[in-house]
Amino acid sequence: MIGRSYFSGIFGTSPIKPLQEHVTKAVECAEQLVPLFEAVARNDFDEVAAVQAEISRLEDEADDMKKELRMRLPRTLFMPVDRRDVLEMLRLQDRIANRSKDIAGLVLGRRMTLPGSLVTPFMEFVQRSIDAVRQAKKTVDELDELVETGFRGSEVAVVEALLEDLDRIEKDTDNMQIRLRRSLRDMEDTLPAVDVMFLYRVLELVGKLADNAQQVGARLQIMLAR
Amino acid sequence: MEYGLIYLILAAIFGLFMAWGIGANDVANAMATSVGSRVLTIKQAVFIAAIFEFAGAVLAGGEVTNTIRSGIIEVGLLEDYPEELIFGMLAALLAAGTWLLIASTMGWPVSTTHSIVGAIMGFAITGLGWGAVHWPVVGSIVASWVISPVLAGCVAYMLFRSVQLLILDRRDPITSARRFVPLYIFATGFIMTLMTTLKGLQHVGLELGTAESCGIAVIVGATLAVGGKLVIDRIPIDPSLDREFHYTNVERIFAVLMVITACAMAFSHGSNDVANAIGPVAAVLTIVQSGEVAGKAPVPIWVLLLGAAGIVAGLLMLGHRVIATVGREITQLTPSRGFACELAAAGTVVMASSFGIPVSTTHTLVGAVLGVGLARGIAALNLSAVRRIFLSWVVTLPAGGILSVIFFHIMRISFS
Repeated sequence: MIGRSYFSGIFGTSPIKPLQEHVTKAVECAEQLVPLFEAVARNDFDEVAAVQAEISRLEDEADDMKKELRMRLPRTLFMPVDRRDVLEMLRLQDRIANRSKDIAGLVLGRRMTLPGSLVTPFMEFVQRSIDAVRQAKKTVDELDELVETGFRGSEVAVVEALLEDLDRIEKDTDNMQIRLRRSLRDMEDTLPAVDVMFLYRVLELVGKLADNAQQVGARLQIMLAR
Repeated sequence: MEYGLIYLILAAIFGLFMAWGIGANDVANAMATSVGSRVLTIKQAVFIAAIFEFAGAVLAGGEVTNTIRSGIIEVGLLEDYPEELIFGMLAALLAAGTWLLIASTMGWPVSTTHSIVGAIMGFAITGLGWGAVHWPVVGSIVASWVISPVLAGCVAYMLFRSVQLLILDRRDPITSARRFVPLYIFATGFIMTLMTTLKGLQHVGLELGTAESCGIAVIVGATLAVGGKLVIDRIPIDPSLDREFHYTNVERIFAVLMVITACAMAFSHGSNDVANAIGPVAAVLTIVQSGEVAGKAPVPIWVLLLGAAGIVAGLLMLGHRVIATVGREITQLTPSRGFACELAAAGTVVMASSFGIPVSTTHTLVGAVLGVGLARGIAALNLSAVRRIFLSWVVTLPAGGILSVIFFHIMRISFS
């Protein structure tokens, strides 16, 4: 009379761990932008190519993780969070990885040059955007605690504080982007026009990285509100 | 009676085998929760299960056994054909056993309780006619199959919500856990003892009034709570454990509670499921001993002992392997929710036992898990599996019934 127990069958695979692993991978992608732009500042395009390859590899891994998690979320799964929210969160996290890869590809393909006076503020801007991504990961890391408390009580306050920080960081990146654009405008005459257009585009993309991070946090907020 | 002794020996063998199967397979569902949450090791789980399944079967198994023995069929109709009832009961045991064997090899979610009730009804309807079934009793049994998971689900939901309000959602959950977990231990001891002493102990020759029962229940509950409190206060809090997951230490406090509810779970399972194996044996015994079909005497204690021994034998021989397998697959139920599921299920089942209603322990436990899930306490539940489990008894009743009709006719032919 030995068979597989049907009781254990009622427990589905939790999406929390995979979601956290995926965001960790997305953060790794974004973090590679620092060595990427450092190499750009040095005009070391062999290094830029190497970092770009690394980002591309990490993004592939994130992609695989995304697909696997999607496969493991059938419609009949009953979770403390809405299945659509989980899928949306996954998509937004994946956009961070994608965005990093886009930036790296663009920078390598166009052989971006960074005017010397912009290097320091630009690197700070990149760092801050990555901070936003890291902060988004921090909130996602609290998901298992949220499940433990049933999405109630003091843990919610902890997560809300993290989300407020995330909003603040994102606002920082906005301000930095505005200042950088102003500096760039002041030196427009001294630079080739196409380079300027290109730099505006890179600024925009790096800023969007922080936006993506904030969207991940916003999705978490929606999960809390249910 | 010509073949009296043979009937009795056959019944004992079939009943023992059935009990063995329950011990080998079914106990795992009741115990795996505690193993999966790493509160108990396999050895400890088997040890607790052996003791408390045995105690539950012997102390509180009498009422349900009585129902299976003489509650489902209008035995009065069979006054002149006592052998028919013997064949029927033997056939029912064989049928339920066979059906369970088929179902578990196929991996179907089938309950022992549903199989045996279906089998008894099967031979009664086709062998003796629709009038032979005691419909009010069967009606309440079938109703209880719906009510017991729902009730356990509601209780588990409320228990887990109370855990959230009192402990998990507080700023200092460790202090709150130390304060309130002993209260849950008290509740567990109180409910289990009260339900057992109120109706169950007559079979052991002990009859207690309501006041006495309450008194004993309070004493048992308080003793457990004080003991639990002592253990909890000695748990060293290790802040480094909370770095990765902030509630590790809180869960360690809940683990003490879960040891108690695991005992309760084994006890209630024994009290209800032993009847599935030895209810028919008791029926055969009554007829062979007295020649009458409608035995009024309480179920003899040694029959309960036989069933309990069968369960423990199955548990010791194969149960540990099944518990290990199932436990590995249930890791989502951490002690803070595992206890809520176990307490809700154990309380519901032991209550059914004291009313003499055979319910499915596993279904009740599934109901409890869903209750905690509704309180947003479980990361992922597979609803299609849940649906399959609850739909299974719709198939099990006729399947057990048809098989038992076949065995019934084989019996009748071979003994006449």
